[in-house]
Amino acid sequence: MKDTLLKIKSEALAALSAENADIEALRIKYLGKKGELTAVLRGMGKLTPEERPIIGQLANDVRAEIEAEIEKMSSAAKTAALEAKLKAEKLDVTVPGSKIPVGKCHPLALVQRQLEEIFLGMGYSIAEGPEVEYDYYNFQALNIPKDHPARDTQDTFYITENILLRSQTSPVQARVMENTQPPIKIISPGRVYRSDAVDATHSPLFHQCEGLVVDKGITMGDLKGTLEMFAKTMFGEDTKIRFRPHHFPFTEPSAEVDVSCFACGGKGCRLCKGEGWIEILGAGMVHPNVLRMCNIDPEVYSGFAFGLGVERIVMLKYHIDDMRHLYENDIRFLHQF
Amino acid sequence: MQLSMNWLADFTDVSDINIKDYCDRMTMTGSKVETYEVLAEDITGVVVGKILSVVPHANSDHLVICQVEIGAESPVQIVTGASNVFAGAVVPVATDGSNLPGGIKIKKGKLRGEVSCGMLCSIGELGLTTHDMPGAIEDGILILNDVGLADAPIGEDIRKVLMLSDTAVEFEITSNRPDCLSVIGLARETAVSFGKPLNIPEAPKPAVRNDGETIEKYLSVDINNPTLCTRYSARVVKNVKIAPSPLWLRMRLRASGVRPINNIVDITNYVMLEYGQPMHAFDYKCLDGSHIIVRNAAEGETFVSLDDQQHTLDAASLVIADEKKAVALAGVMGGLNSEITDETVTVVFESAMFHPGNVRVTAKKQGMRTESSARFEKGLDCENTMPALDRACELVALLNAGEVVDGTIDVYPEKKVPFTMPLDAEKINTFLGVNLTREYMADVFHSLDFAVSEDLCTLTVPTYRDDVRCMNDLAEEVLRIYGYNMIASTLSAAATPTVGARTERQNFDMHLRDMLCGMGLDEIETFSFISPSYYQKIRLAETDVRRKSVVISNPLGEDTSVMRTTMLPSMLKVLSDNTSVKNKNVALFEMGKVYLPTKEGELPEEPGRLSIGFVSEADKTGSGFYRMKGYLEAILYIAGITDVDYVSCDSEPTFHPGRCAKLYKGDKEIALFGEIHPAVAENYNFVTPVYVCELAMNTLFDVRRLMMDYKPLPKYPALERDFSFVCDEDTAVGTIAKEIKECGGKVVESAELFDIYRGAQIGEGKKSVSYAVMLRADDHTMTDEEADATVTKILDKLAAAHGITLRK
Repeated sequence: MKDTLLKIKSEALAALSAENADIEALRIKYLGKKGELTAVLRGMGKLTPEERPIIGQLANDVRAEIEAEIEKMSSAAKTAALEAKLKAEKLDVTVPGSKIPVGKCHPLALVQRQLEEIFLGMGYSIAEGPEVEYDYYNFQALNIPKDHPARDTQDTFYITENILLRSQTSPVQARVMENTQPPIKIISPGRVYRSDAVDATHSPLFHQCEGLVVDKGITMGDLKGTLEMFAKTMFGEDTKIRFRPHHFPFTEPSAEVDVSCFACGGKGCRLCKGEGWIEILGAGMVHPNVLRMCNIDPEVYSGFAFGLGVERIVMLKYHIDDMRHLYENDIRFLHQF
Repeated sequence: MQLSMNWLADFTDVSDINIKDYCDRMTMTGSKVETYEVLAEDITGVVVGKILSVVPHANSDHLVICQVEIGAESPVQIVTGASNVFAGAVVPVATDGSNLPGGIKIKKGKLRGEVSCGMLCSIGELGLTTHDMPGAIEDGILILNDVGLADAPIGEDIRKVLMLSDTAVEFEITSNRPDCLSVIGLARETAVSFGKPLNIPEAPKPAVRNDGETIEKYLSVDINNPTLCTRYSARVVKNVKIAPSPLWLRMRLRASGVRPINNIVDITNYVMLEYGQPMHAFDYKCLDGSHIIVRNAAEGETFVSLDDQQHTLDAASLVIADEKKAVALAGVMGGLNSEITDETVTVVFESAMFHPGNVRVTAKKQGMRTESSARFEKGLDCENTMPALDRACELVALLNAGEVVDGTIDVYPEKKVPFTMPLDAEKINTFLGVNLTREYMADVFHSLDFAVSEDLCTLTVPTYRDDVRCMNDLAEEVLRIYGYNMIASTLSAAATPTVGARTERQNFDMHLRDMLCGMGLDEIETFSFISPSYYQKIRLAETDVRRKSVVISNPLGEDTSVMRTTMLPSMLKVLSDNTSVKNKNVALFEMGKVYLPTKEGELPEEPGRLSIGFVSEADKTGSGFYRMKGYLEAILYIAGITDVDYVSCDSEPTFHPGRCAKLYKGDKEIALFGEIHPAVAENYNFVTPVYVCELAMNTLFDVRRLMMDYKPLPKYPALERDFSFVCDEDTAVGTIAKEIKECGGKVVESAELFDIYRGAQIGEGKKSVSYAVMLRADDHTMTDEEADATVTKILDKLAAAHGITLRK
């Protein structure tokens, strides 16, 4: 019986190591219910008690050895088969991906969002107001009475004598102040209208973003600090700002504000026309007449206001040389942002 | 305001300051410099020459050869084609290597074989006109003998001889500082800015002809409307000799951008530029009578201005009149009827003060903004009329232009009282966030011509500074001299904490914008105003309420003349523009506003709208409709809106009557969408179907889901049953889904359409519609028997109510 077992073992191992061995068939032949080894083991009953453990041990060893060999062979075969499959499935990675449609935000909206985020972070809320506005809010409440020469700098579209298309976002200032007690901290982005024919740098419709802070003890230093922080966030940590005296009827003192050129850092280049500075906004301390007209006591409260042109920033930021692109909406333009 | 630096030097000396530094500092102290130009910089190597001989050119019948003395060792030979040259003429000579305006370089050369060592110049070649150089001719060489310069030193630089060298600085003066629209005003600012002495002469005292005649013999003045004319000063000059002004005066005017005319007119302009006070001179003999009346025009009164324009005036306009007619439109322009001419012998100089608003309105109404009206409308100084008038008369004497009659007319009903105010240094320091001494501030005000009280606590504002009335104004004066950029940056504005947050609506709009981009739509921005013809283009009926727009009374053009009531024309135009440049896969959205008129005299409503549009592939099945509906469903999903109705709509003229629908939530209309009508497509040159949608953002926001309530996930498995129904072609598939849900009750979790099939097996006029229905009980595992019972109920209802059966 021992010989039979050893014979089965050598035969099985030989068969398994043969080329193209059918592993599964051999497993059935030797280890299956009707297999050769099983048949031998069935004959164990005829052995003497002394022989039984010895032969039993041998039988188990043989079985384990054949099983191990089968396991080894079948796993190798599986690996080979998998490798072959993977090889056959190789793809050309340079074939373009499926088209997943993705739209782009308009550059004006992108920059407006960025402006909003900066000021939201500084504790401002976003106020809105009508675009078709009363003359009162657009001019009179801002210290620009009828027939004031400052009206000439903003050629205004009129609907009736007293209703117009707002020529600035500043009327929102007056509306907010009328309805809110300080502290007030708002920005107000939106569309404004002026009677300028369309060309590379003008449009009868454009966007401004207004800012207004009114509280006790607001100083011009606060205005400067605020705009400096804005400029650094918008244009980069190294940005400097410069105030130039100016005149707006609704602020006093008033300033035009330049930022150091973010293309050349102030050395002078094509973007800043060699100046090293780029004008981006107007600002000032809210005129006491404006506060008074909105029922805020200028002896108690002070405030600052500023306004910037969104198109101008968009054009500077993305080096857009013609404002018309912004309203023509050619998707070859829109896709660049 | 264009400032001649030569002129400025009369009042303050900044010759040690580089022009670029000058401009920068002036800008930083509040007088913004736009640009500057060094005049005659482009003329070099042009000198005075004297023609010694002129002989004809042997090889030309129009050229002549001149020997010209130019102060060099020997004369030079110059060939010229000009016919007005003669031996003895003193002329400008552009020598070899010289430069002329316009980048012209003059080189020695040969003309028909004869050497020419330069060029003789005409006024044009020197950048001058006959106004600048009266006596010269345009089409010939400038003969200096003809313009009183026969004695010019030979060899001298022509720029010096013609007084061409100057620098013109262009200032952008803000509307609150009309006093700076003058050489003296800018000299004051210059002196303060650079800490230089300012030399403004005492009030001029013109020499008069003491022949016993006084102005009363000539003139009397009455102001009928002292509100609109607060002062009227006048003087008379007799025995006037109209002639060109002297060269120095002409060149100062020229450097200031003003064209020289004749001595009297030039004097008025010169004084206006120097003192900032507009002047008017008129011919005394043209007056009917000797009585000047400042009065309102009669309604409909006609008036011909100096520039020969006819004006019809209204009663609000102010005129200067004699007893019969208006001779000037107050503060705007003189009349043609009393213009200074070569025959004028007696002149009235007017120096008056008119109401700023009235001048502005009149000038605007008559369409003539003049140097005069531009100054008056900003508010000038009443106290300035007399010094200006006397300066004019002083110039008359200086120019020997006539004899000043003794005496002055000065009607000044209410003398201006200077304004005084406290100087609160502490308040100014706190307000600006600086720390300056009272003494420093007092110095600034002193140099700005304010009178400062001995205790430094009270200021008297100069009469020409009506813009200074409150503490803020004083703060600005101090700051602009101290330096705006000296302020330290602070952020105590954050002392009162405020929360920076978007409103719920602002967040809603922002998220939707992002989602729309995520769905593959590009965002566009279009003008809010459109052409009324666009309503025609989208086929709105004449009576359509959407044609009632907010109309701009002074539009730039017809195409931007009304505020849009619908976003669709703007969207269609952008789609069309993109198509015309062959852009593919154009799919867009715009979030904007429309403007809906309300009551007369009230503001319109400005509801938010969303428009979506795309150009579809050519396709008979209208698949683009379902793509658009897909966008809407996605928007509803984002907004958490369920149970909506899509109602077919065949009454919107912009749309294909069979491919248009309205989206409702209850009775609220949210959106209108569909394929545009072929006639509209033709109007916009589309060749493939185009789908658009206009959605009411306010309504969408109103019906959005407010609370996000968590619903537990199901504990028990669902059963899925697929059905293919056969129904008539015109049965809306929505009916089937609706019945499945209603009949099945709450165990129907969902009913999803997955196929619509038409074919021979189904039969003519029929279609097969397939649904996958999910059935689930929320408290136990649903059995097949329970499912069958529900299904039977549904099938019975569909058959009974709609004749819809299962496909065999």
